[in-house]
Amino acid sequence: MAAETATKEKEPLLAFGKKERTLLTDPLNDNNPITVQVLGICSALAVTSLVVPSVVMAIAVIFVCAFSSLFTSLLRNYIPKQVRMIVQLVIIATLVTVVELTLRYLNFPIYKQLSVYIGLIITNCIVMGRLEAFAMANKPWRSFLDGVGNGLGYGAILVMVAVIRELFGKGSLFAGSGIEMKIIGANAGYWINTTENAWFGWYANNNLMVLPAAAMFIIGILIWIQRSYNEKLVDIS
Amino acid sequence: MGEFFNIFIKAAFIENLVLAYFLGMCSYLAVSKTVKTAFGLGLAVIFVLGITMPINWLIQENLLSEGGLLGMDLTFLRLILFIAVIASMVQLVEMVVEKYSPSLYNALGIFLPLITVNCAILGGSLFMVSREYNLTESVAFGLGGGFGWFLAIIAIAAIREKIRYSNVPAPLRGLGMAFIITGLMGIAFMSLMGIDPAAFASN
Repeated sequence: MAAETATKEKEPLLAFGKKERTLLTDPLNDNNPITVQVLGICSALAVTSLVVPSVVMAIAVIFVCAFSSLFTSLLRNYIPKQVRMIVQLVIIATLVTVVELTLRYLNFPIYKQLSVYIGLIITNCIVMGRLEAFAMANKPWRSFLDGVGNGLGYGAILVMVAVIRELFGKGSLFAGSGIEMKIIGANAGYWINTTENAWFGWYANNNLMVLPAAAMFIIGILIWIQRSYNEKLVDIS
Repeated sequence: MGEFFNIFIKAAFIENLVLAYFLGMCSYLAVSKTVKTAFGLGLAVIFVLGITMPINWLIQENLLSEGGLLGMDLTFLRLILFIAVIASMVQLVEMVVEKYSPSLYNALGIFLPLITVNCAILGGSLFMVSREYNLTESVAFGLGGGFGWFLAIIAIAAIREKIRYSNVPAPLRGLGMAFIITGLMGIAFMSLMGIDPAAFASN
């Protein structure tokens, strides 16, 4: 006990030990916001038909999640219990507005493509959920890392789904950006393979993958795979 | 009136908020274990969506847009104001229901406050702005969208009640299966794309 308090006093403000590392890595697998906590599916699956918008969305969520956790944690002792929801919503809404305006300035086409989904980060349950579950009860630095970790766990699933959907639905990767690659199918020929010697030249694009339903199937299958490896996550009810 | 039905049918069936736009997915998956609770939440969503949509329309037109009361372009405040309206409307609805119909209040229970963070509500308002609906159209969109959400959550709750007795592989049980069913429902709803809302409008 004495040793514990001693280490606590010595702990620097921005410590990065084992506990902090688990805050970052846990949401990637054991405590993934999408496949385990079932939070934040709402606002972003519709953007996963292409990789580039998903990456932008992931970065936006990481930013909002991290900083809203940080600010809520800084203010946690001053927020009255009854109005905490509204205070949290205002913090999140402000950050999302910052993200929205920045993206509009930096890259208007992607801003248009994401349309309402950037604004919907506000009601993304993952942000609110982490504020309620973690930031209201923990120190700022830890809350910040927890926010980053959950944003990363969320972004990882998003990008995974987007890669599968774009590759099989359009035969390309990173469409709409400077490094667009057409990888499989008849017109492939951007990357390592050439047009004459295209990979899987017989492949016709699977239109199912472009539909919203495909995202649901892919996440269902990802959950299946994850739970087969990780038996403690299996739903026993 | 024709235009009203046109938008209503489109919002409820063809562009279903859950199955085509993934809005309100969290509560959709969390509260769809039994039909009874799903029914209560669905009704509450129709109600709140139907109320907040015209209010947010009025705010957008009269306060935030450049031709509004203040004469300034305040659209950067849109997100904060919309979510504040939604949060306060949910609170208000909760108090009114509690006062005048305690039985309905008990039936809805915890679902009412949950609606604040249901993306379908804020998403509906943001779609309304980006599609430039007028007041009637936004009411129709609110009610139609709410009705579509209601249908979807009832359907999945009924399926999940039945599927509990089937032999699903253990890792897929529960959440994984719910995702796959939702995907199949999305494909099923695509068959409704054949509906021509203009036919209703012309009658």
